[in-house]
Amino acid sequence: MSDHAPSATSLSRWLYTTNHKDIGSMYLWFSLSMFILGGAFAMVIRAELFQPGMQLIDPNFYNQMTTLHGLVMIFGAIMPAFVGLANWLIPIMIGAPDMALPRMNNWSFWILPPAFLMLASTLFMEGGAPAFGWTAYAPLSTTYAPPSVTFFIFAVHILGVSSIMGSINIIATIMNMRAPGMTYMKMPMFVWTWLITAFLLVAVMPVLAGAVTMMLMDIHFNTSFFSAAGGGDPVLYQHIFWFFGHPEVYIIILPAFGVISEIIPTFSRKTLFGYSSMVYATASIAFMSFIVWAHHMYTVGMPVAGELFFMYATMLIAVPTGVKVFNWVSTMWRGALTFETPMLFAIGFLILFTIGGFSGLMLSIAPADFQYHDTYFVVAHFHYVMVAGAVFSITAAVYYWLPKMCGRMYNETMGKVNFWISFVGFNITFFPQHFVGLAGMPRRVPDYALQFADFNMMSSIGAFIYGMSQLLFMYNVIATVIAGKPVEENKTWEGASGLEWTIPTPAPYHTFEVPPDLTKEKIHATA
Amino acid sequence: MKILKNFSLILLTMFSTNLWAQNQVNMSGGFTDVGAEIYDLHMLILWICVAIGAIVFGIMFYSMMFHTKSRGHKPADFHESTSVEIIWTVIPFLILIGMAVPATSTLLEIYDNDNAEIDILVTGYQWKWKYEYLEGDSQNIEFYSNLSTPQSEIYNTTEKNENYLLEVDEPVVIPVNTKVRFLITANDVIHSWWVPEIGVKKDAIPGFINETWSKVNEEGIYRGQCTELCGAYHGFMPIEVHVVSQEEYALWKQAKQSQGD
Repeated sequence: MSDHAPSATSLSRWLYTTNHKDIGSMYLWFSLSMFILGGAFAMVIRAELFQPGMQLIDPNFYNQMTTLHGLVMIFGAIMPAFVGLANWLIPIMIGAPDMALPRMNNWSFWILPPAFLMLASTLFMEGGAPAFGWTAYAPLSTTYAPPSVTFFIFAVHILGVSSIMGSINIIATIMNMRAPGMTYMKMPMFVWTWLITAFLLVAVMPVLAGAVTMMLMDIHFNTSFFSAAGGGDPVLYQHIFWFFGHPEVYIIILPAFGVISEIIPTFSRKTLFGYSSMVYATASIAFMSFIVWAHHMYTVGMPVAGELFFMYATMLIAVPTGVKVFNWVSTMWRGALTFETPMLFAIGFLILFTIGGFSGLMLSIAPADFQYHDTYFVVAHFHYVMVAGAVFSITAAVYYWLPKMCGRMYNETMGKVNFWISFVGFNITFFPQHFVGLAGMPRRVPDYALQFADFNMMSSIGAFIYGMSQLLFMYNVIATVIAGKPVEENKTWEGASGLEWTIPTPAPYHTFEVPPDLTKEKIHATA
Repeated sequence: MKILKNFSLILLTMFSTNLWAQNQVNMSGGFTDVGAEIYDLHMLILWICVAIGAIVFGIMFYSMMFHTKSRGHKPADFHESTSVEIIWTVIPFLILIGMAVPATSTLLEIYDNDNAEIDILVTGYQWKWKYEYLEGDSQNIEFYSNLSTPQSEIYNTTEKNENYLLEVDEPVVIPVNTKVRFLITANDVIHSWWVPEIGVKKDAIPGFINETWSKVNEEGIYRGQCTELCGAYHGFMPIEVHVVSQEEYALWKQAKQSQGD
């Protein structure tokens, strides 16, 4: 640790810290632990599905596993990982000394662990953990829910508060604390994507809070928002939930786009192609995410006009997303490519995310979706964009910025092995799920017909392989932080550009106490 | 050890054509006109995606092969081109319009619930289906349809039969080549009534009555499942539709009605 840093072993340092790097690191470690927990739930699911018939767990516990797997992965692993990266990187990318609201920053992290402790504790309650899926469709999640649903609602409230505070902090930092000369159109793509993501979060987290509060009222205060018997409407819940839920998936993927837009240029030794079109594409994806929510609900019996509107709007999202993919490929085109671990994960992202985009386009076609909806085809689709999209990009980001963060180099061979096992394991797991989905296997079932047996066994084996490779990742990261080869150069990667590579390695506890003057610098694509 | 054995088995089967022959890997073409249209639409979009993927990945792999530092390739300097950006915004847009046209016409057909000859009210319960043939004045036929797979098969004490989890005690029977309208609702939580081969899926929602229809071209037994998470036994409430000739249907109805008296 460099100067001014309090002792790493003192508890009060971590409890009271307002330092963006400390808080960023805590978010990342927290995310890693949740990733392992959510992964363990996934292993239980895949072990039960290894063969037809009920072997290990009962159907109710199976539903608890799928519910908690979804919640923990989305709210515990992926979102905190990106917030951690934002905390670490945004100030050192825009030349700011810290986040704009450091005390609130501490608070937004420290309410997370209790929220997840509470969520995990539902597993030991009478009636078991929530078993209604992460989407919590009423009335299964209200009238027919286990008593632990109240704790689920409270946990979601806390997560929402944490996300909203985190996003306000990010918006305030980016808007007010850029170094002189760091104009909006010179900001790194990662900063841009996070700015847009933060606005999405501020807009939709209150909507989720509203939805779960209405659940709470239905359960405890005899209202009938979602109960048809009392004049309510179960479909209303789905509209509200997906009005949050669809922007939420872009909240998860936009920072991933940002990470990839940093890594691909570095290892292509070329400037990002079409910087401004990337910014506009991100903004238009964010805007459109608000007007497509009901494509999750094609089968609820919407009028045909509504069905058509949501179908056309959803299909349109393919345009800006396509622009992003084309821009990344053009960035690689005629570059001088090298394939270090972060680049491998970025290329893995590019290929698999595009496949997930294709299945997304197929799902957007309403009449075809009548066959895809709620089958394993959907499960395959969203794991292509969530795992190969978000998780691969987080892994790439960790390998890419880890030397800067801790001043030590990870083991490159182990990193590459990590990539190849992840890539192969991932595809063995999820590619066959397209087939069983099309052949007629519904999602969220603990047992299945014999015709799906072979592909499910394959899927389970792939999942165990993928799970193992994550332990390798964890080992590689911890070994690097403790005993990796020290690195000295400010710039770890030959082709890297950006302010974070101008500060010493490891990044000192305080950086940019005096803002750098960038008014004459040529930075990023618009220079 | 069993896992190890299974693993080698999987590796073996993965590379043999057997696996692909035995296992359905695609949507079923369907035994209704609408189902066939949905299948064609699905294949059209799949092939468009494959073509776009081949081009994009082809360019990318070419770049990964030849534009590498190890081959001594010097990085080029370009990073912007408005005309290229316009081209790859406009072309995908046109492709999307090409997809939207057939999608719209198929959707309109699915929503055309008029002129059905038979109306069946389908109600979802935790965890079974109830069918009610709405006949106007005369006595309605109504019955529940439960999973008939024995617990011993589910808990692995006896061998599983070929229709494991897809069989019921009393199937819903409809005549061939007849437009049948299904009115779908639920009594407790949300369920979803799905029979892939006759091209029908619609959510069963308490307080709502959804409509959908099917006109099956071929006699046979078609199987489906509930597709909306509805509680612990969501995976154990299958659907079995028997499509029979007009004569057989009339006989079945008669027998059913006399049973009810």
